[in-house]
Amino acid sequence: MRRTRQAFDEQLAELEQRLLKMGEFVETMLEKAGRALVTHDVKLAEEAIAADDAADDMDLEIEQHCMRLLALQQPMSRDLRTIGTVMKVIADVERIGDYSVDIAKTAIELAQTEYYKPLEDIPQMVEIVRWMLRQALEALVAHDLALVATVIERDDEVDRLWYRIREQVEKVMQARPEVVPQAVALLLVARYLERVADHTVNIAERVAYMETGRLEVLAPSHRTEGGDGGAADSEVGAEGA
Amino acid sequence: MSAFPRPSPKVSQAAAFAALWMMGAAVVVPGVAVLAIMFVKGGRAITWTMLASVEGGLLPAIAGTAALVALTALIAAPVGVAAAVYLSEYARAGTLVRLVRLAIVNLAGVPSVVYGLFGLALFVTLLQFGRCLLAGACTLALLVMPLIITASEEALRQVPPRLRDASYALGATRWQTVRRVVLPNALPGIMTGMILSVGRAAGETAPILFTAAFFSLTDPFPKSLLDPIVALPYHLFVMATEAPGVAEADTWATATVLVALVLALNLMAVVLRARLRRGRRW
Amino acid sequence: MAEAMKGIIERPEGEIKLETRGLNMHYDSFRALSDVGVSIAARRITALIGPSGCGKSSFLRCFNRMNDLIPSARVEGEVMVDGRDVYGREVDIPELRKRVGMVFQSPNPFPMSIYDNVAYGPRLHGAQERSALDEIVEESLRGAALWDEVKDTLRKSALDLSGGQQQRLSIARVLAVGPEVLLMDEPCSALDPTATFKIEELMLELKESYTIVIVTHNMYQASRVSQYTGFFLLGELIEYGPTVQIFENPKDQRTDDYVRGRFG
Repeated sequence: MRRTRQAFDEQLAELEQRLLKMGEFVETMLEKAGRALVTHDVKLAEEAIAADDAADDMDLEIEQHCMRLLALQQPMSRDLRTIGTVMKVIADVERIGDYSVDIAKTAIELAQTEYYKPLEDIPQMVEIVRWMLRQALEALVAHDLALVATVIERDDEVDRLWYRIREQVEKVMQARPEVVPQAVALLLVARYLERVADHTVNIAERVAYMETGRLEVLAPSHRTEGGDGGAADSEVGAEGA
Repeated sequence: MSAFPRPSPKVSQAAAFAALWMMGAAVVVPGVAVLAIMFVKGGRAITWTMLASVEGGLLPAIAGTAALVALTALIAAPVGVAAAVYLSEYARAGTLVRLVRLAIVNLAGVPSVVYGLFGLALFVTLLQFGRCLLAGACTLALLVMPLIITASEEALRQVPPRLRDASYALGATRWQTVRRVVLPNALPGIMTGMILSVGRAAGETAPILFTAAFFSLTDPFPKSLLDPIVALPYHLFVMATEAPGVAEADTWATATVLVALVLALNLMAVVLRARLRRGRRW
Repeated sequence: MAEAMKGIIERPEGEIKLETRGLNMHYDSFRALSDVGVSIAARRITALIGPSGCGKSSFLRCFNRMNDLIPSARVEGEVMVDGRDVYGREVDIPELRKRVGMVFQSPNPFPMSIYDNVAYGPRLHGAQERSALDEIVEESLRGAALWDEVKDTLRKSALDLSGGQQQRLSIARVLAVGPEVLLMDEPCSALDPTATFKIEELMLELKESYTIVIVTHNMYQASRVSQYTGFFLLGELIEYGPTVQIFENPKDQRTDDYVRGRFG
């Protein structure tokens, strides 16, 4: 004898699994882009860029699945919040994919350039944000608020690394004007990674809403008063406000 | 494994229909046969003269029966319907009500001659009405009361509860609900019960034997309620048993007239019910 | 133990029209309502949801004392309309039922003309003059969004109307006696979706002037029309609050299971 709405439960579970798959896919893009940058591997970078189409397709498919569930299943309460959350989260994941492409393009740009110093902070940032993405999506599927908290915590680390890179780049650009092009490019990469971290924080905040029913800004850096959370990128402003 | 083979469903059904048909015929055929015999034996003797004349004719009997039946209805209807309304709409379920219903059911089964004796004791003797129209009507009223009450109660019960609910929910009292919603809608059933009871009353002999009826060829019409009357059933009885020199055909004719009268009343009931039913469905 | 039994009941803001305190109800030995205490807001639609047989209709019928018509029913506790207990000593029940009107699950028009149906209530309470009745009938039919459809056929039998029209007629009939409260016991469950939506729209209009309490099996209807919702389970009021809360983020797990259809 099947449970009531077992079919619907199965559809919700499938939805979450598809989101998880999309997340893994985009995480792989990020990993490849990061590695390509460090190892000057053009082929790897091209793989990362080519994967973006598939990521966009997944975005669309999952969105359609969500709309269909809304139309046909009359979801209420946490079911409704789950579907709404998935719809917002795929946008964040898709943006992370776009940033991976940007990083991969930078890798191709700098393929022939010898770095003014070995890349340390950037790979570390890549590691951390990859972890944050995995963790945030895990929190969604496991409906686990504790995991949400851990993601929020590490955002500070990423911000610190971002500021450090910025300071460093400012100094090196004043001291050695000939490295300005690569310095600027690397600065942008660091900025992309900081934005990726923000998106994973968005995901984490959405998961918290899904669980508690309360829409809250959880990461301090997202409040418009402090940090540069209120900066140029419209996504942060819209999400964090 | 079983003792004999079970018949197939088709066979069982055919057998059942055949049995039901035969039972139906067993009921209908004798009834029709009786009517046929009566008509054959007495039909020729029914003439306008016979129906309309006073001496040796049926006019007094017909008139007497009509008067009796009308008065019976006049007495029994209000009381019976009121009792039915009380039982159906007002009474709370309890031992008293159950006893009353039991009494009504039992009264319906009391032989009519007992009613006659009762009427003799109460109306004719104790209340000193004497043998008359009034006593007869009262006795017959008692006889048909259970029928009227039962039929009226049934009619009242047929009115769906949701109509009462609607009425109450609009702020009606119980009496307002009964008067405006329940009774009007129960009317077809009540009227039918009335007419059937009246038909029954028209045909009864024993109750009027001691209380109202007499046989007179010379002065048969009552001058007041306290005068005796000539009634068809009793007239028929006399003709068949006591009166000397009555032609057999005439006796059968009288019987035919009586049966025709009752049939006519029953037919009226059916037609009336059908017409009233058409006007209101729910 | 008593604390655990008390549901999560919020008091609505603004004027309160109906209220119960410690309401218990039995049918012979069967307990239909357990200790229900709730406040219902004036000129709002309050929906009562829950599985079959959990006391919603019994609760509703307390407010206009229709439970009195059921011999085995026993009501204890306070049931208040405008602060006065309707089970009090001096309560005039027909008057009460004028103020607190009811619409039933199956449309139940009288086998009379449309006009006579609507005029039934006013006539009960003494109205006789033709012109006055004409006015009341028109106003009530307009109020029930039925006037345009029947204004030329007022003498026709009410039984000739469609189900949805009959239900609107029932509403007009109630409006004709000038109530302040409308109790609706699953008013749309016998109707098709189009008729249902028409009546829901009518309810939203009516709530401007009347306090409406609706019992419904269809929780989606509750979510569409009501401002407050109460969830009943086995005679207990489990949770009661703003409709958005009950359906977006209920506080009691049982409420959550019910609105998501994970019951049973």
